[in-house]
Amino acid sequence: MLFELTAAPLDPARLVEHVRRDEAGAIALFYGVVRNNSMGRRVLYLEYDAYAELATKVMRQIAEEIRERYPVTDIAIQHRTGRLEIGETSLLVAVSSPHRREAFQACHALVDRFKEVVPVWKKEVWEGGEEWIEGEAVT
Amino acid sequence: MGKAKVRLFARLSELAGARETEVEVGEGLTAGDVYALLCRRWPAMSGLAGSLMYAVNAEYVPPGHPVRAGDEVALVPPVSGGAHAV
Repeated sequence: MLFELTAAPLDPARLVEHVRRDEAGAIALFYGVVRNNSMGRRVLYLEYDAYAELATKVMRQIAEEIRERYPVTDIAIQHRTGRLEIGETSLLVAVSSPHRREAFQACHALVDRFKEVVPVWKKEVWEGGEEWIEGEAVT
Repeated sequence: MGKAKVRLFARLSELAGARETEVEVGEGLTAGDVYALLCRRWPAMSGLAGSLMYAVNAEYVPPGHPVRAGDEVALVPPVSGGAHAV
């Protein structure tokens, strides 16, 4: 398994190769991409902050949770930090599995869990303002 | 008694103007108490008690978790990773 936070551009080919196995007939790869609008505002760019030491631990924990629910062969997750321009990739989740259905389901579930618990925060910067976006509290 | 390091992120670090700070560790200090101490230092941080999570030494803990000298405490606002909250 691979869990990384990095200020460098994300590398989907590396994640796919990391999870590729001869016994896994399916690899699902999710890209989270910086969108040019949010709540009716034109977004100029995003900034991500993260608690790296905790984030990589929590990524491993949610990956273990997902492995208990689905027949997953391997998992790789990368999230970018710092300033990201429109169209850049902020999150990559790659999941390999013997069959496609489980690869899709596990990848979907992992992305959902990531957004709930991994300590990463996004600041939206738009024309005339900026705001740290806070998700739903899960305490 | 010694000190604990406190890591601040996102909005909290902007409000404090710092990525980390320190608190004096007294008898019975908890992670939740650390937040209360910081609110006295930076009143603009107040009002988040219901939404914050806490970490001590890079593990999520409940607000009542004890804090000892040399610990690293983090105040964790609701997270918003991925490209966009949906």
